[in-house]
Amino acid sequence: MEVIVRNLRIAFPSHQGMAEAVRGVSFTLKKEKLGIVGESGSGKTLTARSILRLLPRQARVEADRLEFDGIDVLRADEAALRRIRGKRAGLIMQDPKYSLNPVMTAGAQIAEAWRAHRGGSGKAALAAAVELLAQVQIRDPRRVALSYPHELSGGMGQRVMIAMMLAPDPELLIADEPTSALDATVQAEILRLIEDLVSRRGMGLILISHDLPLVSHFCDRVLVMYGGRVLEECRASALARAQHPYTRGLLDCLPSLVHPQRQLPILERDPAWLGP
Amino acid sequence: MNSSMSPTRAYLLSDTPQSRRQAGLGRAYRGWLQFRRNRLAMAGLLAAAVLILASLAAPLLATHDPSAQSLPERYAAPSAEHWLGTDEVGRDLYSRLLYGGRITLGMVVVIMVLVAPVGLAVGTVAGYAGGFLDRALMRLTDVFLAFPRLILALAFVAALRPGITSAIIAIALTAWPPYARLARAETLTIRNADFIAAVRLTGASATRIVLRHIAPLCVSSLIVRVTLDMSGIILTAAGLGFLGMGAQPPMPEWGTMIATTRGEILDAWWVPTLPGIAIFVASLAFNLLGDGLRDVLDPKQG
Amino acid sequence: MIEVNDLRVRFGSIAAVKGVSFRVERGAAFGLVGESGSGKSTVLRALAGLNRDWSGDILVAGEAQGPARTKDFFRRVQMVFQDPYGSLHPRQTVDRILSEPLLVHGIPDVDARIRRALAEVALAPLVRFRYPHQLSGGQRQRVAIARALMAEPEVLLLDEPTSALDVSVQAEVLNLLSELQRAHGLTYVMVSHNLAVVAHLAAMIGVMQEGELVELLSVEDLRAGRTRHPHTAALRALTLDLEDPETAKSA
Repeated sequence: MEVIVRNLRIAFPSHQGMAEAVRGVSFTLKKEKLGIVGESGSGKTLTARSILRLLPRQARVEADRLEFDGIDVLRADEAALRRIRGKRAGLIMQDPKYSLNPVMTAGAQIAEAWRAHRGGSGKAALAAAVELLAQVQIRDPRRVALSYPHELSGGMGQRVMIAMMLAPDPELLIADEPTSALDATVQAEILRLIEDLVSRRGMGLILISHDLPLVSHFCDRVLVMYGGRVLEECRASALARAQHPYTRGLLDCLPSLVHPQRQLPILERDPAWLGP
Repeated sequence: MNSSMSPTRAYLLSDTPQSRRQAGLGRAYRGWLQFRRNRLAMAGLLAAAVLILASLAAPLLATHDPSAQSLPERYAAPSAEHWLGTDEVGRDLYSRLLYGGRITLGMVVVIMVLVAPVGLAVGTVAGYAGGFLDRALMRLTDVFLAFPRLILALAFVAALRPGITSAIIAIALTAWPPYARLARAETLTIRNADFIAAVRLTGASATRIVLRHIAPLCVSSLIVRVTLDMSGIILTAAGLGFLGMGAQPPMPEWGTMIATTRGEILDAWWVPTLPGIAIFVASLAFNLLGDGLRDVLDPKQG
Repeated sequence: MIEVNDLRVRFGSIAAVKGVSFRVERGAAFGLVGESGSGKSTVLRALAGLNRDWSGDILVAGEAQGPARTKDFFRRVQMVFQDPYGSLHPRQTVDRILSEPLLVHGIPDVDARIRRALAEVALAPLVRFRYPHQLSGGQRQRVAIARALMAEPEVLLLDEPTSALDVSVQAEVLNLLSELQRAHGLTYVMVSHNLAVVAHLAAMIGVMQEGELVELLSVEDLRAGRTRHPHTAALRALTLDLEDPETAKSA
């Protein structure tokens, strides 16, 4: 499974002509964990979603290459894309409150995802759902399977989401700010869980976040995006030695518990970063 | 922004307004630009404007006195003399339609002016105060909501006398509850917002908060509702007229005109039909206008 | 300046705050940290007078406060909210929003004060007549801070003021807040789930867990790891783990 993106461009119609949200992004992904980091408006979510062509209707997408395992995503028809979405690549979003169906039990939703892509009887699907809930380290999977989303905490809701996305045994997982709405303790657990599952199943992972230190902890490689472009790409372990002033600026402006500063360094935005 | 824009337009669309008035006008202008893009809404606006202007200018546009009878000319077909023909006692139909517009549209405007502010007041107070006051006001609203309009009109007719005033009162009494409910629902949502908490933290009185901070936010959805309701009220007023409860003959109210001539639908078909078309056009125009306003003022998407 | 004794808040049958006590000296900054559901925001809202169902004692400048607060209280104590998108009235210009506290308290010189306030929070005068949806998140939060300072309060209550902001904007707002505190001698009570952010501004920190104040410690003790309660240690370890893996391993 390989994701190839070359010169991805995404624009939206606006009052003043076309507004470019993603301007020439390129990267490759195999069975590894890639983190895409950027502030709001950097285009990171659009970039990741374009792989599954899950963009708003008015978006104009162009790319030299946009391939998922050899399939040309831009020119594929809806049927081919449906075979990728969910089955071969899953998407986890930020707040389980909004991405889980409030009128179905957790178990029913996971079972539905299972059956949609693998077939089988209702009973088998439900049993598989309970098994998946155990895999995402929920202590009482049977009880949780029978609960409704509003009865679950944020962390548990995200685990249910992960179970749902893993049901069809995909090759790629895209996680869009999966822990931004969660507490610090739960955040760490969920990310470790994702990391663990991805490694064990040999999946690829794209982790989107605004939190640079977080991403550097859980990914192999990091892409730093700004204004629709990739400003820096490096190995996560080498992030502390990042070259680009924007990356350095992002790292330096964080308040530190162990290195207190009277004034936090401000990120001076160089218009040159927005490119020609 | 291209340099060929007129100075007024540049003033209105400016990114950096210099005064509250400029900011307010700018916002209204942008709303207008968005409204203009909706063809159907513009059609509705145009139709409604034509109807209102024609009614106001009735004395200038009418060719005959609307109550001048001419029995030899009864049920005359449209001709150069009588553009839309005459009715059952020879009165010019065209002039009667014009003057009738004044009555019908006038009734609607009066009702709206009475009903919307009352509904807004009751709804916002109930929504913000909560507790006993909220329950009391909502029960009051329920009482009036329970009355069917036509039955109430009949009751008024029995108590007072048939006529436009009774019709207006009857419709107004049954039309205000939905506005109260709408305003209350909006207030309940707004009440918990941080910006209201921030105003409470200035020590502002509840009156000030409701009047200056909450009510302005409810006004948009109320305006939309008013415009959409207008079509319904036109139909109700016409219906009352048709039943003989509203405007009485010889007043040229559209509904009454249909009522008194409906027997002639097969012979002099234009006599009952034309007022019916007028009602339909007015109703549709306000409906389209209301839809367009809603898209601009009260968008629910993104 | 602020004294809270045995504060208890219930929402129906749930006890959100179970007997919290702390003191904040005039001109000092106090931070309340905890996870969601720990009750920290509830304490702040009770302090602000936004919540009336509390028991215990709240004293501001030596005066005991009841469920309802006086206008005088609101001149003295102000609050900055978390969500810059929800804390400004969507239909009012910045100018109108900033003039409201002045109008309510009857403070004259509205125009001059607004201009001064915008300058103090480093907002260009050209945003004065914009609507909130025409401003960025950072700009909105600056307006919220300016609004809080309009009536010249002595105490500022900060409810996760930078949680909804981008990291680079957060740094600017934090710098602004510490500068304002120095310039005006303000007393801060700040709530956050982010230990590093709180430690940047506050000198004393209270750690809350499930409605209880489990530890009160100075920021130096926190940085050095001289914590007593396991929850504090856990929060500290998590923060350090993300910050600097080498340090976390040696702690």
